[in-house]
Amino acid sequence: MEIARELARKNAAVIFTKCWCCMCHSMKALLYELGASPAVYELDQHVNGAEMEWGLRALGCCPVVPVVFIGGALVGSAQDIISLHVDGSLKHLLINAKAIWL
Amino acid sequence: MEDTSPRTDTSTDADTEDKMLRDQLQGIGASDGSDKSRDQKTLRRLAQNREAARKSRLRKKAYVQQLESSRMKLTQLEQELQRARQQGIFISSSGEQSQSNGGNGALAFDVEYARWLEEHNKRINELRGAVNSHAGDGELRIIVDGIVSHYDDIFRIKGDAAKTDVFHILSGMWKTPAERCFLWLGGFRSSELLKLLINQLEPLTEQQLLAINNLQQSSQQAEDALSQGMEALQQSLAETLAGSLGPTGSSGNVANYMGQMAMAMGKLGTLEGFIRQADNLRQQTLQQMHRILTTRQSARALLAISDYFSRLRALSSLWLARPRE
Repeated sequence: MEIARELARKNAAVIFTKCWCCMCHSMKALLYELGASPAVYELDQHVNGAEMEWGLRALGCCPVVPVVFIGGALVGSAQDIISLHVDGSLKHLLINAKAIWL
Repeated sequence: MEDTSPRTDTSTDADTEDKMLRDQLQGIGASDGSDKSRDQKTLRRLAQNREAARKSRLRKKAYVQQLESSRMKLTQLEQELQRARQQGIFISSSGEQSQSNGGNGALAFDVEYARWLEEHNKRINELRGAVNSHAGDGELRIIVDGIVSHYDDIFRIKGDAAKTDVFHILSGMWKTPAERCFLWLGGFRSSELLKLLINQLEPLTEQQLLAINNLQQSSQQAEDALSQGMEALQQSLAETLAGSLGPTGSSGNVANYMGQMAMAMGKLGTLEGFIRQADNLRQQTLQQMHRILTTRQSARALLAISDYFSRLRALSSLWLARPRE
């Protein structure tokens, strides 16, 4: 259960995806566009994928992918990412976590 | 029971009927008195004729009443349609509706959208009146806030409709042709709308100008990200379907085909999520714009947006009515 959170703390920006998930593709694209280099963990490819997915669901992540962590903290799903991006908060979160620099 | 008497007409009234019957009886009575059984048969026949005629009149009356009420209903529907057309709502001809269940969902959404648009236009007119009559900020804020939260309604309605018929929303067939020119993921592009508005909103403070420009850039970035996801979806879907092409015949290929169809179905299912996020983006952008601007500026912005879409709809009407060779 803790595997997902452990991994989330290792990098300033972390995104959990599945290889066939196209919304994951969109969120990755957005983070790249902002200059971030998120660590990408594909739940259906990773050796501990099943356990990670279980942990994320336990955190309340629905849909389970895409899920973004910034500075070790859970930010949320595509819906959350877009909302935070529009009001300018996403950029600040990334800067504070040193995921991007101005 | 057939009406056999040539002189009994369904449009004659009961009195004339009686008179004719009496004449017939008198005629019969004046003839050979010994044919009593024949008289009785004739009497019975005439009574039956009379009954048939009466029933026929009642049926005709019921039919005419039904026609009258249908005609009234038709007039009502025509008026509603005319009103909707005047609002610039595109009413597709019945031939374009799909025959499946999706068709019913699509039609239901079209009707809900038309109702929402009518309410929206009412509120916009109220706002225009308030602005033109130099209403105070307090009054303006109530109307503006109302319009912004009314936008929430259509996003919710679209979300529900996308669950039943995502392709109808994606198609934009519920919008007018000219609007469809600019269709992006089942609606308008917020980034383009903001570009149009920036000129209308002056004077803006430095801070506001920066915020609006940032908002425009953010919404464009989000739009691009969603578009990339959609492209990935298209490519993935194409690859899945192409994977099942090949020499036909073996049972292995049939199993393959079924598996790939199942995968393709799963991919189509994710379309709804893209529509939802596209609408989420529109909704968030609208609300953020409202936060950045003053009440009066928001009022001008909402009027400008509404006027722009009205012009697009008017253009559609002109286009559809244009003379052709």
